[in-house]
Amino acid sequence: MRSLLILPAVIALLATVDAEAGARQALLDGFATQAKAADSGFAGFSASRGENLFRTSFAGGKPDTPACTVCHTPSPLKQGETRAGKPIEPMALSASPDRYGDPKKVAKWFRRNCKSVLGRECTAPEKGDFITFMTGQ
Amino acid sequence: MRFTALIFSAALLVPLSAMADEDSVPPVTDPLTKKECGACHMAYQPAFLPAASWREIMATLDDHFGEDASLDPETRGQIESYLAANAGRGRARRASPPLRITNLKWFTSEHRDHEVTWLWKNRNVKTMADCAACHRGAGRGYFEDD
Repeated sequence: MRSLLILPAVIALLATVDAEAGARQALLDGFATQAKAADSGFAGFSASRGENLFRTSFAGGKPDTPACTVCHTPSPLKQGETRAGKPIEPMALSASPDRYGDPKKVAKWFRRNCKSVLGRECTAPEKGDFITFMTGQ
Repeated sequence: MRFTALIFSAALLVPLSAMADEDSVPPVTDPLTKKECGACHMAYQPAFLPAASWREIMATLDDHFGEDASLDPETRGQIESYLAANAGRGRARRASPPLRITNLKWFTSEHRDHEVTWLWKNRNVKTMADCAACHRGAGRGYFEDD
């Protein structure tokens, strides 16, 4: 009886996970299309370039946030903290399974944080590299 | 001390609705405001600042105390309306509205004594913006001395 009650919940959960995986792939495909349009030699995303983006300190952004790691910590598996003291769920997909599944949320945070850290919007290859790195963590 | 703070508040910037019961303010009820503002910091109750302050804050989100906190225009507009409609009724004396709650006279006078300074260090509070580090009921609008 109990398993009958749980079954619909499990199905709903699996459907959500599946939908998010689909949305994540669609997002990466979109960035790949943009990258190819800008550079016909584009040869796919790279997790190591993504890691480099995550760890580099930039000079062009706002003084309090020179690198992603200032708030997210150097470990994608760890919870970070905003400058105002709020926890940030880990960036690695393995630690935060609903990451990168909502395109509007992804667009909002890339826009804000690339401007805060790099002082400019991130390019499509940079976004794809970043997500490729984090989904492999 | 508390009494002095009240006089300060009355004389300068008055979150009047906030002062109805001196240690509590009406909680944030708008889900969008809670979600968007609360993603980075406690969603501060609108009564803490006058409407002019909220308008200025919402107009300058691309440089929000040193960070880009920009929103899409629709979300931005909805949150601004909520904040302005529920703002404190105080008037700022200066031409430019105050932007930091932590710089308001009543705030600094309430947070300057020994005990507060000790607590702040002892609990390793990073910033005065993190109300809930000491006031555990802050998110619900309760700022009693914990």
